[in-house]
Amino acid sequence: MSAKGGDACRQSGKELAKPLGGTPDAVPVLREFSGRSVAVIGIGKTAFGAFPDRDLRSLAVEAVRHALSDANVTPAAVQAFYLGNFAGPSFVGQNHLAPYIGTAAGFESIPCTRFEDACASSGSAFFHAWQSVAAGIYDVVVAAGVEKMTSQSTPRVTEILAGAGDMAGEGRAGATFPALFAMIARRHMHEYGTTRQQLAAVAVKNHANGAKNPLAHMRKVITMEQALAGKPIAEPLTVYDCSLISDGAAAVVIVPLDQAARYNSRFARVLSVVQTSDHVALDSKKDITLFPAVKAAGEKAYAMAGVAPNDIEVAELHDCFTIAEIVASEDLGFVRKGDGGKFAESGCSAINGRLPINTSGGLKSKGHPVGATGVGQICDIVMQLRGDAGERQVARHRIGLTENLGGSGATCVVSILAAA
Amino acid sequence: MSYSESRDGVVYTETVVFAPPEQYAADAPYQLAIIDLDNGGRLTVRILANEAAERARVGDKVLFVEERDGVAYYRKLGTPPVNAAPDSRPLV
Repeated sequence: MSAKGGDACRQSGKELAKPLGGTPDAVPVLREFSGRSVAVIGIGKTAFGAFPDRDLRSLAVEAVRHALSDANVTPAAVQAFYLGNFAGPSFVGQNHLAPYIGTAAGFESIPCTRFEDACASSGSAFFHAWQSVAAGIYDVVVAAGVEKMTSQSTPRVTEILAGAGDMAGEGRAGATFPALFAMIARRHMHEYGTTRQQLAAVAVKNHANGAKNPLAHMRKVITMEQALAGKPIAEPLTVYDCSLISDGAAAVVIVPLDQAARYNSRFARVLSVVQTSDHVALDSKKDITLFPAVKAAGEKAYAMAGVAPNDIEVAELHDCFTIAEIVASEDLGFVRKGDGGKFAESGCSAINGRLPINTSGGLKSKGHPVGATGVGQICDIVMQLRGDAGERQVARHRIGLTENLGGSGATCVVSILAAA
Repeated sequence: MSYSESRDGVVYTETVVFAPPEQYAADAPYQLAIIDLDNGGRLTVRILANEAAERARVGDKVLFVEERDGVAYYRKLGTPPVNAAPDSRPLV
């Protein structure tokens, strides 16, 4: 990074990343967390991409096996299975997915349950898995996510995804998910002067990162010129502002922190996991330039973890569309409201920047098999905390954050993790 | 129509959809907007336009045209009051 770029980052660091606060009325009071501390002892992912020869179950089982092997845990030792999946019944015609996958993974007579919260489905599965271990109900739990999307045409995928919105209102009027986020982008541009170039900067950065990720769907560097000249999907968003339609799966194994080292010395500590909710319909929100569910999840997660936004050293944010990464960087307190576009353009969120965001390539380049994304983000952050991210490895990697968003902000799961 | 019965509004945000869901494939490209109704409340609506210049921008006043199949259709103030709806079924 040039000296000039470095200065810009330091300046933004000082000016933009003030700790949260000042809106105590908006933050529900947290009961002091009295559960057990939890650790992630195993991670496993399939590649994300278009795999016409793979079925949904085989993808999920592959991810679970990788995670169990990484954790040094046998399938018979697993006490509960939490599966995130958005639309298996619509995409591949299969329901009752958790025992369908759990038995194939070798789990024996344990509770296997599917969680559906749109694109935050496996974030929700991880949250509930974490709760069960923190509450002392189970000691060895697997949380996973899977989606198989590419067997349907793009218009049909668009229609299935639209079901994560309010089908009686915005959906009936013809709102697709790109359209909803395009309207968020349009208003953000109107109020804060966010530019097309700033949106495109998110895509260019995330593709640069994803090009170095062997498990990414689109391992391709793109230029600013390409990003700006992309085919329009929903103005002002082009195809380069939209995440990918992908197949893939991800899984993690969690146990109580005081048992973690027994299985794997390279565990990661879970400092906090918070799930929040908000209106499903975008037109029910007062201000669409922010996600109240993300703000609330972030504030509670920082409080529970005992850290501030400035302490986060690497983050995976839910860039289902480029504008979503910009808004999330504001909602999570990394920058002031309205500065997310400038932050993306400044280089501060690049791998060598002050706060690297989406070193995996994000949903934009890594791919977005929607039900797998939340747990996939946990895997990506644990890789960074372990120092295993290869040429994408960030310099400082003690504390990482993931933000998984469902719909146009109706579900959010924020997790903060720390290196062992 | 008295003011209290107005269904008109002002564009809060908008987009033009080029990649529609399967069921609206024949309509694309179409303009979608969230509008602030003069009488309060917000609604997601379609904006009718014969050409790009008739599309509405943030802050534009829009007039209610009709409601069909539960969808409200609007046009930008100052554009011709033609029915550019995607089909010609009678008003419900």
